[in-house]
Amino acid sequence: MTENSENVSRKGWMSTLAKAPAGLLAEAWQQADVAQSFAWLRAPEIGTVMVRGAMGGTGAPFNLGELTVTRCALRLDDGTVGHAYISGRDRQKAEIAALCDALMQTSEASAVQAKIINPLTRAYQSKRASKAEKAAATKVDFFTLVRGED
Amino acid sequence: MYVAVKGGEKAIDNAHAWLGEIRRGDTDIAALSVAQIRSQLSLAVDRVMAEGSLFDADLAALAIKQSRGDLIEAIFLIRAYRTTLPRFGASAPIKTENMACMRRISATFKDVPGGQVLGPTFDYTHRLLDFKLAADGVIDEARKAATPDEAKPHITEFLNQEGLIQHEPTSDTTPPDLTREPLELPASRALRLQALARGDEGFVLGMGYSTQRGYGRNHAFVGELRIGDVAVELDIPELGFSVEIADIEVSECETVNQFSGSKTEPPQFTRGYGLVFGQSERKAISMALLDRALRWKELGEDSSGSPAQDEEFVLYHCDNIQATGFVEHIKLPHYVDFQAELELVRTLRREATEAKVAKEAAL
Repeated sequence: MTENSENVSRKGWMSTLAKAPAGLLAEAWQQADVAQSFAWLRAPEIGTVMVRGAMGGTGAPFNLGELTVTRCALRLDDGTVGHAYISGRDRQKAEIAALCDALMQTSEASAVQAKIINPLTRAYQSKRASKAEKAAATKVDFFTLVRGED
Repeated sequence: MYVAVKGGEKAIDNAHAWLGEIRRGDTDIAALSVAQIRSQLSLAVDRVMAEGSLFDADLAALAIKQSRGDLIEAIFLIRAYRTTLPRFGASAPIKTENMACMRRISATFKDVPGGQVLGPTFDYTHRLLDFKLAADGVIDEARKAATPDEAKPHITEFLNQEGLIQHEPTSDTTPPDLTREPLELPASRALRLQALARGDEGFVLGMGYSTQRGYGRNHAFVGELRIGDVAVELDIPELGFSVEIADIEVSECETVNQFSGSKTEPPQFTRGYGLVFGQSERKAISMALLDRALRWKELGEDSSGSPAQDEEFVLYHCDNIQATGFVEHIKLPHYVDFQAELELVRTLRREATEAKVAKEAAL
C-alpha cells in the first residue's frame, strides 16, 4: 500500500462521500451543477464486506459480521476514473460518489470541494459534535461510600 | 426423517394470504413504515443485525416488519438474503480505542481518563410503565454539555502497562470464517468469537449467567463497557490504499477476570471479550463471560465440566437459526417414518400378546 499526500486527500474525500447521508449528498450534487457524461467501468454492484474485530480490542483479528456495501467505477469523457465504495445499498448514491471522486481529480476539484465535500464534512462534524455533547452531559462521577477515600 | 410430500399448493397460498392480512392488522390503524421501525424500534433492529450477522438497519427493519416482530424469523430472513450477496473483501480490525463513545463505563476504576459516560441507558430508571408514551407524550430534548478534548483509551490498557493482565497477542493471519467453512472442533478463539457475536442473545445470556452461578465460575469484573461509532476501513485493491467506508455502531465489553496463575503463567488478570453490532450491552457482557469460560484450556486451567466451558455444547447450540430449523422441522410431515414406527409397535404388541396367550395355554 502506497501512502502519499495525494492518496491521503483522496482517502479523505472518498470517506466523506461514503459516510454522507444519501439525501444530503444528492442535494449537494444537484446544487453544485457539475454533472458530466461518463461511461461505466463497473456499474453499481451490491455486496458485503466482512467487518473484523480484534480480540480484547487490540489483539488478533476475528470476523464480527458483514456490512452491506455498494461499489462502482466510471470514466469521464476526459478519461478520469472515479471509484466509490459506500456502505448500504444505494446505487444512486454510489454513482454520485464515484462522479465526485472523478471530478476531484479534474479542474472541477475546487468547485466540488467547496460545494459538496466541505458542506458534507461540516454536516458530519456537527452531527458527531452533537452526539458527543449529549454524551458529555451524561458524564458521571461515582463516589464510593464507607470504604471510599473521597 | 423428513420425506418430501406433494400437494397442498392452494392451502399454502391461502395460508400466506391470510398471514399477509394478519401482518397488516386492523386497517383502521395506520400501517407501520420501515423507517418508523428503524428509528423507533432501534434495539430490535440492532439485535436482528447482530444475529443476522449483517449490518444494514434498513434491511433489518424490513425483516422485522415482514416477520410481524418475530425477531428470530427476521434474523432468518437476513441470513438468507446475505447468502445472495457477493463479498468484496474484509475490513481492517475496527479500532475500538478510537470509538466515538455514547456510553463508556467501568466497574473496576472509579476515575478513568476520558471519564465515565452513561449515555442513553435504561440503567437507573425505575422500570415503571410510562403512560405518557401511550398518550403520545412530548419528549424532553437531550441536554448537552461541553466536550473536553480527552482521549478514551481502553481501560484494560492501564493494567497491561503494569503487566498485571494477560497480554493480548497480535496476529496478521486471516481469521477462520464459519460462514465459509464448516465449524470444526477444537475451534480457535477467533472462530468462537465469531460464533458468539452472531449467537442467540438469550442463549449467550443464559450461558454467561451460568458461569456467575458457579458453572465454570471465572470471577469477572466489567473492566470496560463502551458503545459508540467506529470507522470501518477497507483496502480498495484497485486503488492500492484503504478508505473508511462507514461508521458503524458497536457495543464492546472487556472483562477482567481473576486468575491465580498456572504452570506456565504468573498470577495475573485474564480477559474476556465481547463485541456486538449495534447497542446490546447485555449480549456484549454475556459474550465476554462466555469467551473467558471457553478459554480454560489455553490458560492451563482445569475444566469443571460445566456447559459454558464445553465449546462443542456452546458453539453447536448458540445459533438460533440452526436451532430453530432443527427444532421446528419436526412439525413437517414425517408420515413415512411414523408409519414404520407404527408398524413396529403393532408388531411388538402382537408378538407380546401371542407370547402371553401361549404361556397361559401352557399352564
